[in-house]
Amino acid sequence: MQHEMRGDPPGDFQRARPGSGHAVCVPADIDTDLVIAGRYLRTKDRSIWAAHVFEDLDPALAPRLKGAVIVAGKNFGCGSSREQAAIAIREAGAVAVIAPSFARIFFRNAINIGLPLIEADIICSDGSPVRFSLDDGWVESGGKRHAIRPLSPRMREILAAGGLVEYWRSHT
Amino acid sequence: MSTLSERILGGSAGEYVDRKIDRAYAHDGTGVLALEAWKKMGGNRLAKETELYLQFDHIVPANNGTTATLQHELREFAKSSFMHFSDIGRGICHQLMSEGIALPNEIIVGADSHSVTLGAFGAFATGVGATDMAAIWLTGETWFRVPESVGIHLNGKFTGAAEAKDLALQYVGTLGTDGATYEALEFIGEGAGGLSIDERLVLSNLSVEAGAKAGLFYADEVTVQFLGNRGFTVLPQVPEPCNYTKELAIDLSNIEPLVAVPHRVDTVKPVRDLAGLPIDQVFVGTCTNGRYSDLARFAGRVKGKKVTVRTIVIPASAEVLSETIRTGVLSDIIEAGCTIGTPGCGPCIGYHMGVLGEGEICLSTANRNFRNRMGVGGEIYLASVATAAASALEGEITVPEVV
Repeated sequence: MQHEMRGDPPGDFQRARPGSGHAVCVPADIDTDLVIAGRYLRTKDRSIWAAHVFEDLDPALAPRLKGAVIVAGKNFGCGSSREQAAIAIREAGAVAVIAPSFARIFFRNAINIGLPLIEADIICSDGSPVRFSLDDGWVESGGKRHAIRPLSPRMREILAAGGLVEYWRSHT
Repeated sequence: MSTLSERILGGSAGEYVDRKIDRAYAHDGTGVLALEAWKKMGGNRLAKETELYLQFDHIVPANNGTTATLQHELREFAKSSFMHFSDIGRGICHQLMSEGIALPNEIIVGADSHSVTLGAFGAFATGVGATDMAAIWLTGETWFRVPESVGIHLNGKFTGAAEAKDLALQYVGTLGTDGATYEALEFIGEGAGGLSIDERLVLSNLSVEAGAKAGLFYADEVTVQFLGNRGFTVLPQVPEPCNYTKELAIDLSNIEPLVAVPHRVDTVKPVRDLAGLPIDQVFVGTCTNGRYSDLARFAGRVKGKKVTVRTIVIPASAEVLSETIRTGVLSDIIEAGCTIGTPGCGPCIGYHMGVLGEGEICLSTANRNFRNRMGVGGEIYLASVATAAASALEGEITVPEVV
């Protein structure tokens, strides 16, 4: 599906338009081992990562991620560089992750695979609706609108392309 | 007036820059996804200006058919390209890069979070994920946000049984796991100058556990001599006055043996507070503490004695292993009742061998003690080589004697 977007001018991509989902709350300092454990990495089968996402944190989370906006505490995605963490979250159906801060490798990885990350400090109410617009720089939750820290121009281009693979397919 | 990161990246803190990468490396874990992404990007060329390395270290040798098949595909690709390829047992990627490859002033990117290790040489070294690595294979470049820097002033010398690992745990405990997120650490001061390359590698290695993008030492006479012994002529890097967002001063003589308790690297306590805690396994090795000097120090403490819990010692590279054989350190370790593994990451990432059973406790010289990392229901305490040796002999967490 992402490949159909190839060649679209930056900024025209659907991910740049407002998004929404139900909030799924996770604590601060979630490391990528907790997002997807090392024992599930020896495969290229993405459905395995989606099935076991957050298993060591809370096995009940994975089935709730379809259409979800994950609202996390600070420093989400710290630790290992495993890109499977970002892929697992996306493959499980989450539409975005919101946190006051992200570990930097996870930040790059998520944008590179087309998973929107939103740097904002909001109070999470499990299951409640969350709306956001990356283009206009806001996130709405609990009737309040919060400003978000904008992505760098390059990250916006990569996300607009659908990820770094699509970005380079259209640039080479 | 720049920080070392600003100087090497050629920009001011906060600025976004595109930079050619001098050396880029990946391992059998991240390489699989990098290859997949590179193929999807068009995958018809590899950057010629960047030295590219593929090093098998995470599951070595392969533990089952699935892993073997993934490794086979990657191995065939590496051998058909002009990448520098290191097969199973040659060593941990960061260690191999430290054995006369990484040089001061270089921009080095590894598809592994502990690529920050190479900052010990005055290189800007950082970790990325697989897709970023694929793009570097394709273009030889990537983008960076030039980081702000945290200055860590080191003074004095270690006393007692304290070593570089204890200092590393100390600063991670002080900064916290996100204390330096998006920033670089710079280790400066006369205390930094007094550290060996092996000790610097430990401090740089742990910098990512404080969230840092890089952890740098200025190349000095110690660096010049280390690289000179390996055939390289390099110049020292002279620090300039510069702005740090945060500064931390640590007197090495105040450092005591420390332990990071489950499940966070920044939850650090003195070993004496945990003395007597029974353990099931000791693991000595990894990109943190698997170098020759570590194994020699460990051997010095266990020689002529017997460990009382299962103890796995894994040299960080084949070069380290050879040296332990040549000097007799390996015999001392084996005769003390320890077992050894293939040079590589060993059980640190819990992928294959040496993992923990439910409820088991491991004292490890590695750098991460995240929940379930070494096996579901197992607990990991991180400590120095000296603490590992003392604890292996007693079968419980033990304060190392001053020798």
